[in-house]
Amino acid sequence: MSPDTALLTPRKIALREDLRLVADMIMPGSRVLDLGCGDGELLSFLVHHKDVDGRGMELSQGGVNACVRNGLSVIQGDADNDLRDYPTQAFDYVVLSQTLQATRHPHEVLRHLVRIGRHAIVSFPNFGHWRMRLRLLTEGRMPRTPVLPHHWYDTPNIHLCTILDFVDLCDEEAITVERNVTLDEQGRAYRLDPRGRLANLLAAQGLFMLAGKENSH
Amino acid sequence: MTAFAPPPTLAGQPRIDATQAAAEATDRPGFRLTVAEPLPLDSGAALSPYAIAYQTYGKLNADRSNAILICHALTGDQYVAEPHPITGKPGWWDILVGPGKVLDTERYFLICANVLGGCMGSSGPSEIDPATGKPWDLTFPVITIADMVRAQKRLVDHLGIEQLFCVIGGSMGGMQVLQWASAYPDRVFAAVPIATAARHSAQNIAFHEVGRQAIMADANWCNGNYIERGVRPARGLAVARMAAHITYLSEPALHRKFGRNLQNRAAISFGFDADFQVENYLRHQGISFVERFDANSYLYITRACDYFDLAAEHGGVLANAFRATKTRFCSISFTSDWLYPTAENRQIVHALNAAAANVSFVEVETDKGHDAFLLDEPEFHATLRGFLAGCAEHRGLSR
Repeated sequence: MSPDTALLTPRKIALREDLRLVADMIMPGSRVLDLGCGDGELLSFLVHHKDVDGRGMELSQGGVNACVRNGLSVIQGDADNDLRDYPTQAFDYVVLSQTLQATRHPHEVLRHLVRIGRHAIVSFPNFGHWRMRLRLLTEGRMPRTPVLPHHWYDTPNIHLCTILDFVDLCDEEAITVERNVTLDEQGRAYRLDPRGRLANLLAAQGLFMLAGKENSH
Repeated sequence: MTAFAPPPTLAGQPRIDATQAAAEATDRPGFRLTVAEPLPLDSGAALSPYAIAYQTYGKLNADRSNAILICHALTGDQYVAEPHPITGKPGWWDILVGPGKVLDTERYFLICANVLGGCMGSSGPSEIDPATGKPWDLTFPVITIADMVRAQKRLVDHLGIEQLFCVIGGSMGGMQVLQWASAYPDRVFAAVPIATAARHSAQNIAFHEVGRQAIMADANWCNGNYIERGVRPARGLAVARMAAHITYLSEPALHRKFGRNLQNRAAISFGFDADFQVENYLRHQGISFVERFDANSYLYITRACDYFDLAAEHGGVLANAFRATKTRFCSISFTSDWLYPTAENRQIVHALNAAAANVSFVEVETDKGHDAFLLDEPEFHATLRGFLAGCAEHRGLSR
């Protein structure tokens, strides 16, 4: 399924590359919940350029305050503890960018995502990327790459996975992969089968749009 | 917005036009609305007539869309941004309300009413019961937060305002905000409950009870009939205030301000004078409070706080209080507030989320305790400014 060209973000509007890909998946006028919204870059874009009814959740108080100062509806909270309060199917899209690997219970978080939203959009770094494998093999140390730059002792990423790991988990949780994009280290998108070994080796990040089996078509 | 016709003037009462306010002949600034139509109370009683004393700042715009209702806290009053008529101290939210300030009087029309049961001109135990010609004292009906809000709504109707742009308040003021948003959702565009709770905890009730007992233990309380006897339970009220004031501060702040420092002396006195600076501070808080507040009002208003339980009114589920609300909420709490801690404010946020309401929540880092909402807290002010700006944009309010 190729993206509807009417949804694509005009290049002239500045938006981080991976957020642009997320924004392109979102229909104008929809209700969006952005979990781990940071300083509100994606939400702000969606609200101002796609007429979205946007809400956010962010762990860092500084991030929350910055968002609210800019007129965004954001609450302080974390994906592990605060998702159960959201009602079922309350949003068209729930977005979790680059955060799944930092949650304590990623499988529970995923369940909540597809419960709360008709679609869930999830992005995460791929631990199976060839550079990670090569570094571990040749250096014998936990790999540090531009996508995963932290030292092993102060990284927030406690549940790293590969593209294949993620796809397997979706199968186990009866979650349908509706769309997927694999990204290289420069954030360029490739259309590769996520169940294939090529995607698992070449993708620095994975970006998936998911739905619970009852919701998917 | 459909046309909203302001209610007809009550017989014999001048219609108070909000844009050309005329103060009723009282010895205090502000206005006083007297309503003959009975006010039904939660207790089953009804008040008729009753009075609401209030103050306004700024100008109501042509389509009456820029009104902000400020709800004061337990011992606050309607003098938000001007010297207090009795103590001369700056208005309690002078830091937030004024030209160009966060609650900008050049842009918004700000209203603050003295709560029902209060002692700055609204109907309360120190006012005269028209039926007897004597002060109400304890014959005044026990009022609730919902009753306070019902009276405020009557005032807002009188001012011809169909929808308030914002209802905002801290502490007991925050409870009124929640009650407004729950009882009159269509009348509230944005709600900002600050440092508050949807119901008092056992600890909250316990502290209020200590205060009430201090007042009632004062020999000059005379079972509430002190006005006619020409005395006042000043000592009891001062002690109540001292106890309450401790709950408004934080341990680190008290330590920072006073520590174990002695007041104007080099050594302890081996007596019961105010040796320590903190003792002096509290005694001063108590004494200055008594100048402007009525003991019986303190009983009634603390009672209203203790009785408030929004979830209980809605089958025990707080989210039910906000079902289908379109109001935009911003909940704000303070890290060192142990009277209405962040956890209590989070409960409100959780309920709002469960009701799919549009809510923001910010916890402000501070060591100033519960009182922080009254003080200079740049992060709090910036958040509020941003939230209101966002709401104004959504409402189409011109700059």
